[in-house]
Amino acid sequence: MSSETGVEATAGARHRATARRMSTGRAGDKIFVSAARGSGIAVLAIMAAIAVFLIWKAIPALQDNKANFITAEEWNPNATPPKFGIAQLAFGTIVSSLLAMLIATPVAIGIALFISFYSSRKLASFLGYIVDLLAAVPSIVYGLWGLAFLSKHMDGISEFLNTVLGWIPLFGGDSPGKNSIFTASVVLAIMILPIISSITREVFLQVPRANVEAALALGATRWETIRLSVLPYGRSGMIGASMLGLGRAMGETIAVAMVLTYVPGINIHLLEDGGATFASNIANSFDEASATGRGALIASGLVFFTITLVINMLARAVVARRKEFV
Amino acid sequence: MAKRIEVSGLHAYYGGTHAIEDISMTIEPRSVTAFIGPSGCGKSTFLRTLNRMHEVIPGARVEGKVLLDDEDLYGSSVDPVAVRRVVGMVFQRPNPFPTMSIYDNVAAGLKLNGVRRKSQLDEVVEESLQGANLWNEVKDRLGKPGAGLSGGQQQRLCIARAIAVQPQVLLMDEPCSALDPISTLAIEDLIGKLKGQFTIVIVTHNMQQAARVSDRTAFFNIAGTGKPGKLIEIDDTSKIFTNPEQKATEDYITGRFG
Repeated sequence: MSSETGVEATAGARHRATARRMSTGRAGDKIFVSAARGSGIAVLAIMAAIAVFLIWKAIPALQDNKANFITAEEWNPNATPPKFGIAQLAFGTIVSSLLAMLIATPVAIGIALFISFYSSRKLASFLGYIVDLLAAVPSIVYGLWGLAFLSKHMDGISEFLNTVLGWIPLFGGDSPGKNSIFTASVVLAIMILPIISSITREVFLQVPRANVEAALALGATRWETIRLSVLPYGRSGMIGASMLGLGRAMGETIAVAMVLTYVPGINIHLLEDGGATFASNIANSFDEASATGRGALIASGLVFFTITLVINMLARAVVARRKEFV
Repeated sequence: MAKRIEVSGLHAYYGGTHAIEDISMTIEPRSVTAFIGPSGCGKSTFLRTLNRMHEVIPGARVEGKVLLDDEDLYGSSVDPVAVRRVVGMVFQRPNPFPTMSIYDNVAAGLKLNGVRRKSQLDEVVEESLQGANLWNEVKDRLGKPGAGLSGGQQQRLCIARAIAVQPQVLLMDEPCSALDPISTLAIEDLIGKLKGQFTIVIVTHNMQQAARVSDRTAFFNIAGTGKPGKLIEIDDTSKIFTNPEQKATEDYITGRFG
């Protein structure tokens, strides 16, 4: 700014200096603001476009539907008259992903705790790498593995659960099988393990040293330190991580489609063959669907979209609930 | 309730770095001993060897003896967790458990020791908060988060948390350096009151503070960057500040270096 005070500065140099001063940052500001605003608007526009597209394609099929779209369990949109409902799909999607989350979360938190607090540094980085590698396995490979390997070895576990926990309807039924929702959940659990454990690990890394030392100085053992300092601090993060896992499990298509054998109708006996999810149903039936069939699948996609949205909002509400303490 | 600490030939290391060298001293019970010295001279490190907090840093280790009424804290059969239950610590930055209420913060140590009875917890929480001169300020909001208090109140909360488990010794690592003068005064008053009950060791950068609160003062120094810190002398506070034995001590307290 003071550069132009020199007496020898020529008019041209002064002019340039002034111009530079006038422009300092302002053009950049304008470009940045419009770029940022544009990105924000683009997100909304894309969301709106998806919703409009889904609704527009779904309406004709829904008008032709002769069954209750929400409560009907059958899925026959290609028949005349078309009859279809999402009850079975919603059940399969929600139950399989919830079960996957329930299986994966404790294991993932255990992995993260072990890596962060119990293992040696070398082992920790190796294990962290291996867990992250699980995330890099393509889901088609999980599907193949689930179908060709895991489902063949699930008999024993399924029968064991059926015998021991059979009094709980979810584990009941007469013929525990291989291509069940339970098997799909186990595959899903392995698939969502890396995301939950790596986010949880990140959260644990952020626990302030001061909190950990506070517990140690009180004479807390390692587990007590984790309980006093680490878990409370990481609570929201752990809930967020498992919800993200839930979201991933719900959206997972191909592995589930490969594992499940379609049997019509809701079956609460999760160990028996059968079941379908929104995503697996779309993947399996889109190609051969009639125009109405496609509309019906898109309508189911719309519901799926809404459920995902609700799950995300719930996750946020849970995370925000104890704000006062964090 | 208060015990004598006898340190002999103590060395501490961070990995390959020799942090403090050959320290021997006696810390009297029911008194306040202040550690002073320039930054990096190892006074905080030494303090942390007194409750085995030094070794929680990866690669850190200690050699030598610390006797707490004749029991060696570094004896092979001694559990560091047990040591920390009798030698409490207050840190430079107040560190209440952020997700816990005021009440739960104070009760945390008791719960670790297996105290579950509500009436007993209530009693000790009140006693400790009274002891930390904080009771009157928080008695109506014990269920509120401890992190919502002011810095000075949080530090007194941390003191209440430390004394709730009735330690033998209370170590304070620059407990006032993050506080304003009023809160500092409140903590200093508190230290004067607590020394009737506990053996108190305080690290401070503030020489007036050492002169105000302590009975004995230890001066630490370092020969140069990368060299280990050493104890130069320890004596009655009045003597250290008026007529120290060592030239380095005199130079430091008169502000000629450090």
